[in-house]
Amino acid sequence: MTQAAFSRIVTDPRLSPAQKAHALAVAAENSLPYPDLDPGTRAALDARIICDMFEGHAPYKPRYVLPDYAVLMRQGSAWLELPPPQTLDEALHSLMIAYHHVPSVTGMPVYIGQLDDLLLPFCDGVSDADLRAKLRLFWRYLDRVLPDAFMHANIGPTDNRVARAILAVDAELKQIAPNLTFRHDPAVSGDDILRLCTANIIACSKPHIANHPLHREAFDEMGYGIVSCYNALPLRGGAATLVRLNLAEVALRSVDEADFLTRALPHHVELAARLIEARVVALRASGFYRSFLVDEGWIDPDRFAAMFGIFAMAEAVNHLQDKAGRRGRYGHDNGANALGLAITERLAALVAARPLAHVWRGRALLHAQAGLSTDTGLTPGIRIPYGTEPDPVTHVQALAAQHAHFPSGVSEILTLDETVRANPEAVFRLAKGALDMGLREFTANVGGNDLVRVTGYMIRLSDIARHREGAADRTNTTALGAEAAAMTAILDRRPRVVAAELMAGADG
Amino acid sequence: MDSVTGLVSRILRWSVVDGPGNRMVLFLQGCNLACAACHNPHTIGLCNDCGLCVPACAPGALTLRDGRVNFDSALCTQCDACLDVCPVSASPMAQRLSVPQVLAMLRRDLPFLDGITVSGGEATMQLKFVTALFAAVKAAPDLARLTCLIDSNGHLGPRGWAQVLSVTDGVMLDIKSMEPLRHHRLTGQGNARVLVSARLLASRGRLHELRLLVIPGQTDLPDEVAAFARLARELQVPVRLNAFRHHGVRGAARDWPEAVLATVSTLAADLERKGVGPVALPAV
Repeated sequence: MTQAAFSRIVTDPRLSPAQKAHALAVAAENSLPYPDLDPGTRAALDARIICDMFEGHAPYKPRYVLPDYAVLMRQGSAWLELPPPQTLDEALHSLMIAYHHVPSVTGMPVYIGQLDDLLLPFCDGVSDADLRAKLRLFWRYLDRVLPDAFMHANIGPTDNRVARAILAVDAELKQIAPNLTFRHDPAVSGDDILRLCTANIIACSKPHIANHPLHREAFDEMGYGIVSCYNALPLRGGAATLVRLNLAEVALRSVDEADFLTRALPHHVELAARLIEARVVALRASGFYRSFLVDEGWIDPDRFAAMFGIFAMAEAVNHLQDKAGRRGRYGHDNGANALGLAITERLAALVAARPLAHVWRGRALLHAQAGLSTDTGLTPGIRIPYGTEPDPVTHVQALAAQHAHFPSGVSEILTLDETVRANPEAVFRLAKGALDMGLREFTANVGGNDLVRVTGYMIRLSDIARHREGAADRTNTTALGAEAAAMTAILDRRPRVVAAELMAGADG
Repeated sequence: MDSVTGLVSRILRWSVVDGPGNRMVLFLQGCNLACAACHNPHTIGLCNDCGLCVPACAPGALTLRDGRVNFDSALCTQCDACLDVCPVSASPMAQRLSVPQVLAMLRRDLPFLDGITVSGGEATMQLKFVTALFAAVKAAPDLARLTCLIDSNGHLGPRGWAQVLSVTDGVMLDIKSMEPLRHHRLTGQGNARVLVSARLLASRGRLHELRLLVIPGQTDLPDEVAAFARLARELQVPVRLNAFRHHGVRGAARDWPEAVLATVSTLAADLERKGVGPVALPAV
């Protein structure tokens, strides 16, 4: 990093002083040497077959931190000189303070808590109108002071006052932040709140609906949270690092399907594991875990997972299909879909067989990674390439079987034509069907919304348009979204209601 | 029952505009009207194996064998060139499906479905198939929650309706025009049978929706709207307005003006003022 590069950050007219400070910190970190890697791992990283998500050369904070905010609610914080909150106002205020002391890769909190569980004890005697008014201010604070769409709130699985008020406020304000997940459990949630969630999706493309029974199974009694885009991680812990493997690059380096599965894939999984090890060791050496967060029990150093991300499954499968002389395309052909599942099963077995020191449960957690804004020509995770998606029912059935193997998160974005606005029951049925089929997350964008989901976080299309015209933006993620829109095909996701059937009444 | 088959032009596994919730839609091949404004004209005719589509098929999905046109869906690239050259408004891609085959598809998609809708073409031209299919859905305990709807032009007679209504949850009926001469000009037939069907279905509680295709300068004229409003008020049913668009349309109707959302919205407001409602609008 040269002085000229620092200077470009300092003089970038589109960055606020705080955004410049963050960019300068990243640049300074990256002027330090990278953790020691063996030559094979180094070469794979340089070729970006494996990738560290550009987390930085000298890890000094985990990628994702999921504090157990219940500790703060219960006992306050000696370090922050906060007594235990007694009222809803005090509880919200304590959280607002706490968020500023929770680091993550973005410099902002990626997890702001299981809000209904945290706030319900303080809601006795608070009217619904007051609850909404207080949450409205809280939501506005989050979006304006922590303007990062990776900041994620969780609610559910019960149907409760706070969850309902949050859904109402979220649909009303239509902000990019916070990201929101409702954890759905068919045994607990009930159809009423699921219908509210699908109505919200029609209004503002939020929330994600998480398959709570599947996630609960993958974690332990302490529980889990959905953070950032759609990452599922241990509560009171998080993810130390995320390393991802570009399956398309692995396929290009394979002779055929058998070579891919038996040689190239195991080889590159091993290299990715070595990269994870190097980064985990460096993070521990940074002293991060000597912090009030550990001392007061917000986090536990033993609950930080290593995320093993993969992406470009579609391009890998289609490349292997080409090599075998098979025409079937990923997402559309049963044979190609079966190959995708076989690759995922192989990955899951390889990752489960590779011990890792100093990470939760001693193994990495497989993750379908949603992509970086610079992934030109490559499809996130295990998704079907943009613009070629089949109808959402076919779409879900093509990929559902793979979802069982991604404990730290996997998502499809189902893009629905705006005609569903007139038929919300169809979105409800689709969500129910998708969760029933074993999708870990139900996520949809509805045509005509200004607020849309890109790889997993929210952007406003109107902000992207202004950014392209050179305007400054107060949020961190709009620039990422604009870059992703320019370099990848994220906005080309094909709406899937057949337009000709609008006129179904006209034929015959 | 297993021997009854339907000739199916197209299947949708996700449709949100053919009745409540998400529905599987079977577009059945063949129609007894010849509407100038038809948006799916390739569903009107029946293939006579003339073979003109075979050379038009670049990927080779269509072949002529023993005087019959054969279709290999694995090779099809959905370019629809065959539809463009067909002289009888048919589709060589239509497939014969038995009732058990359709039931298997419904079971595959069951968690995603609120029901099934048969459309067309004119679905009631294959009444035996529709009746057998709906009866089988109603008789199967796992499928019985699915609602069975028909999208129809209303040309079917009372004896036909009597056959299918006991297994049908509702019919979405198109009114092409309230004025007999205009109806003839638009469809090649008068509207007397359609109006009989509308009243019969309403009296049996099976008229799910009355639909009007808005063609500017033709079906949105004051006399049409007034007569349509009278009928909708008499029958007390929900109404949906559809907008005439050029998509899929062939022939002279391509020169007709399209209905824009403003026109349709104004018309909907007019109908609601006349006591009709609720009136659903297309997304246009």
